[in-house]
Amino acid sequence: MVKIKGAFFLIFIFTLICFQSEGKQFIVSKTSHEFSSIKNALLKISAGDTIFVLSGIYHEYGLVIKVPITLIGNNFPVVDGDSHGQIFSIESDSVTVSGFVIQNTGFSAMNDWAGIRTQNVSVITIEGNKFLNCCYAIFLAGSKYCKVANNIIKGNPANQQLAGNGIHCWQSINCEIYNNEIAGQRDGIYFEFVQGSTISNNHSYENMRYGLHFMFNDNNRFVENLFENNGSGVAVMFSKNITMLNNVYRNNWGASAYGLLLKEINDSYVLYNHFEKNTAAVYMEGCNRIVFTRNDFLQNGWAIRVQASCMNNTIACNNFLGNTFDIATNGSLSLNIYSGNYWEQYEGYDLNKNGIGDIPFRPVSVFSMFSENMPESMVMMRSFCVTLLDKIEKVVPGVIPEDLIDNSPMMKKINNAYPGKGT
Amino acid sequence: MKLVKYILFDLVRSRFVLFYFLLLLLFTGTFVLLQDDVSKVQLSLLNIIILVIPLVSVIFATIHWYNSSEFIEVLLAQPISRKRIFISEFIALSLAVGGAFLLATGIPLLIFYPDTVSLLLMIGGFFLTIIFIALAFWSAVFTRDKAKGIGLSLVFWLYFSLIYDGLILMIMFNFSDYPIDKIVVALLSLNPVDVTRVMILMKMEMSAMLGYSGAVFTDFIGSNVGMIYSVVLLLIWSIIPFLWALRKFSKKDL
Repeated sequence: MVKIKGAFFLIFIFTLICFQSEGKQFIVSKTSHEFSSIKNALLKISAGDTIFVLSGIYHEYGLVIKVPITLIGNNFPVVDGDSHGQIFSIESDSVTVSGFVIQNTGFSAMNDWAGIRTQNVSVITIEGNKFLNCCYAIFLAGSKYCKVANNIIKGNPANQQLAGNGIHCWQSINCEIYNNEIAGQRDGIYFEFVQGSTISNNHSYENMRYGLHFMFNDNNRFVENLFENNGSGVAVMFSKNITMLNNVYRNNWGASAYGLLLKEINDSYVLYNHFEKNTAAVYMEGCNRIVFTRNDFLQNGWAIRVQASCMNNTIACNNFLGNTFDIATNGSLSLNIYSGNYWEQYEGYDLNKNGIGDIPFRPVSVFSMFSENMPESMVMMRSFCVTLLDKIEKVVPGVIPEDLIDNSPMMKKINNAYPGKGT
Repeated sequence: MKLVKYILFDLVRSRFVLFYFLLLLLFTGTFVLLQDDVSKVQLSLLNIIILVIPLVSVIFATIHWYNSSEFIEVLLAQPISRKRIFISEFIALSLAVGGAFLLATGIPLLIFYPDTVSLLLMIGGFFLTIIFIALAFWSAVFTRDKAKGIGLSLVFWLYFSLIYDGLILMIMFNFSDYPIDKIVVALLSLNPVDVTRVMILMKMEMSAMLGYSGAVFTDFIGSNVGMIYSVVLLLIWSIIPFLWALRKFSKKDL
C-alpha cells in the first residue's frame, strides 16, 4: 500500500515537472528575434512561459506581469524608466525576475514608484538584479512566500526628500530576504506588518535613515547582516518574538544615531551580535524580557542605554570593551538582570581563581546618570572632577541605582565567536 | 637673546628637563605601542595633557624661579631691564618644558597617528605648558617664601583642573531648568584646561554624544570657527597671566 502511494506521488511530481517545462520560451532582443521590447513580449505570453531578455538598453516603464512567468535577463539587460515611473509591477503569483539592471524610476511626491512592485501575490522570486537610482527598489505589498536574494541596490542620495526604501516589505508573510547589498536609500530594508520572515546575510550601508527599519512585525529573525554607516543605524520597534543573531552594527555615528534602537520590543533575543563604534550601540525603551547574550560591544559612546521603562531584560555573558559608557539609565530603579559579563572597566580581583571577580561591578557611572538627565553636562566629559566623582560613587553609591549591579563580572574576555555557521 | 640661551643651557643641564622628556616619551611610547586603537592612545594622552602637564609646568616653573632668584638679582645689578630678564626667563622655560613636551609626545604621535586630533593635542599641551609657567611666575613673584609660592601655584593647578569644573557642574545642576548652554560656553572659556579638553574632545567622541540638546556646543565649539576661537582663547590665556606677572615683577621691591 505504501509503495503504491509512493509511486503515485512520484507520478504526480513528474507530471508537475512536465507541466512546468511545457511553457514556451520567448527571446527579447534589441537586434532581431520576435520581440524588441519587453512590453510587447508581456502582451503575448501565457502562464508558465519564460522570457529571456538579451543585453541592451530598454527604455520602458509601467510593465505589468499578469500571468505566472519567468523573466530572465541575459548578461544584465538594462531596463531604464527614464524617470517616468514604476518599472515592473507583478500582479500574478509565481513570478521570477532575475538578472536585470533596473534603473531610473523617477521620484514623485505623490506615488511610491518602485523598480519592482508586487501587490497581493505569492511565491515571487526576485533574484540577482541590480537597482540603480530607484525611488523604491523592491516593494512587496501584501505578498506571501517571496524570495529577494542576491540583489544590489544603489540609491541616489541626492534625492533626500523623495527617496524611498531599498527593500520595502509591507503586510507580508514568510519572506526571505538574503544576500542583498543596499546603499544610498532612505531605509535599507523596511519592514512593516510582516510575519515569519527572515532577513539574512544582507549588507546595508550608507542609507540616509536606517539600515533596517522594522515596525509591527512579530516572529521574525534577522541573521548575519552587516549594518554600517547608516544615518541612524537600525530601528526595531513595536514587535515581539524577534531573534537577532550574529549581526554586525558598525560606525553608526552621529547626534541621533544608534546601532540598534529597540522600542517596545518584547520576548526577543539579541545573540552573538557585534556592535562597534556606534554613538549608542543599543538604545532600549519600553522593552521587556529581551535576552542579550554573547554580544560584543566595542568602542561605542554608550554600549547600552536602558531607559527606566525597561523591565525583566537579561544582559549576560557580553563583552564591554572600550566604551565611553557601558550602561546608562535615567531612573533610580533597575529591573533588569546583569550577570556574568566582561567589563573592561572592572577593577576588581579574583582571589579564588574561578574566573569570576570577587567584588561586584557597577556598570553605571554617576556621570552617565547626570548626562542622561541633563545632556548638556556631557560637555564636562573626561574632566578630572568627573573622574573623581565617578570613583567616589563606585565606592559609596548614592546617585547610581543600587540594583544595577553585576554580581559575577568575568575576569577575562569571553569568546563570543558564533559557533554555528548559516541559519 | 643671549640671556635666553644661557638660561636654556642651564635648564637643560639641570637634567630635570631631560627627565621630563624621557618620562613623557615613555608614556607616549607605551600608549602608542601597547594600544592598537588611535582614539584610546589619544584619550590617554589627553588625560596626561590636562592633568600632568599643567602640574609639572607649574611646580617646575615655581621652583626654577626661586632657585634662580640669586641669578636674577645678579642680573638686575647689570644694565639690563627687568622686563628683558623676565621675558628671557619665560621664553627659556617655555622652550625647555614645552619643547620637551612637543618632542616627546609630538614625534611618536605625528609619526603613528598624523591627524587633526594629534595636532590639537600638541597645540593644547604646548599652550597649557606656557599658561601654567606664567601662572607659576606670578605666584613666585607674589611671595618671597618658597613654600607659600609652591602652595599658591598648586592652588592654581587644583583650581583649574578640579575645583572650577566642580563649580560648573554645580551651576549646571542648579540652573538646569534654564537655557544655560551659552553661559556654560562662556564659563568653559574662562578655564584654559577646559578649553583644551573640549577643543580636543569635540574632534573625537563628544560631538556625537552631546546629541541635539548640546547643539549649541557642537555648532559653536565643534565647528572650524570654534577651533579658531579655542586657539585664540588659549593665546589670550597665555598672554594675560604673563603680562600680569610681568607687571608685578617690574613694580616689585626686590
